[in-house]
Amino acid sequence: MAVTSNHLYGAQKAHETPHEEEHDPREQLMYDPLPRGVMNDMVMESMTTTSWKFWAVFGVLSVLVAVCFFYAWGFMISEGLYIAGVMRPSYWGVFLVNTVFWIGISHAGTFISAILRVFKAEFRRPFTRAAELMTTFGLIQAGASIFMHMGRVWLFYWMLPVPNERLLWPNFHSPLMWDLLAITTYVLGSTMYLFLPLIPDLAMARDRSTGWRKTFFKVLALGFRGTEGEWRHLTTAMNIFAFAIIPVMFSVHTIVSWDFAMAMRPGWSSSVFGPYFVVGALHSGMGAVAVVLVIMRATMKHMDYFIRKEHFDGLGKLMMIVSFAYAYFFFNDYIVQWYGGDKWTDLLLHWLEEGPMAWMFYLLILFNIVIPFLTLWNKKIRTTPWLLALIGTLINVGMYFERYLIVPVMLTINRMPFTWKLYFPRVEVFLTIGTFALFIWLYMLASRLIPLIPVWEVQEGQMVHTLRKVGKTQVPTVSEFE
Amino acid sequence: MSNQMVDLNRVGAKGAIAEAAEGKWGMVIDRDLCTGCQACVAACAMENNLSFVGEEDAGYGRTQHWIRIERLWEGEYPEVKMDGGFQPMLCQQCGHAPCEPVCPVFATPHSEAESINLQVYNRCIGTRYCANNCPYQVRSFNWRDYHIQPFHANLVNGQLVFPLHNQFNPDVTVRRRGVMEKCTFCIQRIHSAQDKAKSEGREVEDGEFTTACAQACPASAITFGRVDHEESLVSQLGQVSRGTKHLEELNTLPRVTYLEKG
Repeated sequence: MAVTSNHLYGAQKAHETPHEEEHDPREQLMYDPLPRGVMNDMVMESMTTTSWKFWAVFGVLSVLVAVCFFYAWGFMISEGLYIAGVMRPSYWGVFLVNTVFWIGISHAGTFISAILRVFKAEFRRPFTRAAELMTTFGLIQAGASIFMHMGRVWLFYWMLPVPNERLLWPNFHSPLMWDLLAITTYVLGSTMYLFLPLIPDLAMARDRSTGWRKTFFKVLALGFRGTEGEWRHLTTAMNIFAFAIIPVMFSVHTIVSWDFAMAMRPGWSSSVFGPYFVVGALHSGMGAVAVVLVIMRATMKHMDYFIRKEHFDGLGKLMMIVSFAYAYFFFNDYIVQWYGGDKWTDLLLHWLEEGPMAWMFYLLILFNIVIPFLTLWNKKIRTTPWLLALIGTLINVGMYFERYLIVPVMLTINRMPFTWKLYFPRVEVFLTIGTFALFIWLYMLASRLIPLIPVWEVQEGQMVHTLRKVGKTQVPTVSEFE
Repeated sequence: MSNQMVDLNRVGAKGAIAEAAEGKWGMVIDRDLCTGCQACVAACAMENNLSFVGEEDAGYGRTQHWIRIERLWEGEYPEVKMDGGFQPMLCQQCGHAPCEPVCPVFATPHSEAESINLQVYNRCIGTRYCANNCPYQVRSFNWRDYHIQPFHANLVNGQLVFPLHNQFNPDVTVRRRGVMEKCTFCIQRIHSAQDKAKSEGREVEDGEFTTACAQACPASAITFGRVDHEESLVSQLGQVSRGTKHLEELNTLPRVTYLEKG
């Protein structure tokens, strides 16, 4: 064994556990600092370097958004909902599936950002922004999907408490009303939570750009100069939002689950739906964050400096833990309902297990529980970007199946067997493609307009993480904040 | 009826509408007498301006029927036993209706005067939550403007004419797309009877009028009347030992009593 003088500490460790690889602490972003000017330039360059591939994808997505989102939706508004697949037993279809799915995606953004910020998990630093953007853009898709679902969307404002001469007030007993309030709160809260940590980066970008970009950043940066007082206020505001957004996040998906759990339907009226939906949302959201990070790292310039194996490793661990929690709630939901022995629930469970959509039920178990369990314990798999992205994608497919089973497939079984009928989506397919395209389109647009890496957070982290020489070895140390 | 402003936040509330009494208007359906002839379905469609949805949509499960005849059978083809017989299914006008609290805009409130569920078409925004939450699956949604579609018309000299528009009941709204609708117990008939009785200074008698379905039933399987009058036919029929309420275990307090096969 080769013992080199400057790695005595690592060598001893290797001796004790020979299978453990030797780690250079500089593999971690926090111990691999760059001068601030260089790092700022790297982030600016990643925003302004755009290849033809970007514009090709962007163009295709623009067409998809125009056709599948705006045209299809407009056609449906002008023609009526009959062009969708919804009918008697399945009054709710893919639109509600998409709503729940996108709210789920939007959850992980806040979860990763706020919870890791509150607990001061250091590996969060380079990708909080990417996760928060997912929240905002995911919520846009969720809101659009709800509006697509409505029969008379042009009257949506009747759900708002607008004063009118008949003194009609929205019905606060309706779970949909709670939904409206919760999602609105979440949109506002998460957008502010996205914007606050963005201010110093916008100010940085303002000082390093010219032309229209300068104007753009100047307006958004709100005149931030980086004085001591400004930082103090910003830190306080960010702390308040990081703590406050966590209960909001939990409440939103619980309330979304209440849309189902409050209804008198077999399969839906389950008291475990609240936490089950929250965990399911985190599950799909974590997977989506992993996919986004892998794509960001592969396509944007200099991103391999900021996003490293350690981040994939940390995310993979989180994904695994969430999939454990998901499995717990999944079996809690189904097994407890089965044990209840209600005849309609029994029929429903048999329908899920043996009916025409059983393949979806089994793929759900495979993608959401079996595959994460079998793969994510392995560090090699966790740190291989394409594998992690693949697992994240599979988890999202599985979670989409889960929502699909809960909405239209469970709606098939009601207490009137004469009306049972299986639902198939029609125009919903295009509108689903449209929401996905719009999400990616917005994300691509944002990647050129705002710094996707919170540079100041990375720099702050690097300032407190240092390698100190103890004897002949270098020891990673962290000094306390604040 | 008082002119006082009705507080919809209370009327539509869960719990506030749970009526201990059996309601005012009710119906008894004798499944022993029902022959499944669908006369009630046709009469209801005529009376309440229901749209013809066309062959394709009807086959897809989008029929616009406020009353439907369910055929119930046991076993798989070809060993089918028509044990269940026919079950006319319509809005049960629940005293404790699951559809009411879930509407975000109070489009389906409870009527205190008639103690039935109302559907306010011009308030409905089409979230379809009420239909999902209805355990009887009796709500139908206007997926499109069916009454102005070509299948609703005849082609005469190259022009579409809508002969069915001539038989629209002027007392009933023609619903446009995107709104929910359901059986109203022929509320227009209730109101006209009430108006007549009021002008004569009395209360509405039992049997003074009846709903379209009950009127059309050739076997008299459907009886409509006042369930709050003990001597009325519908009250007395409802006391028969083979009378059941559908899905009674859900505590929806339905106003329709089914007389099971004796």
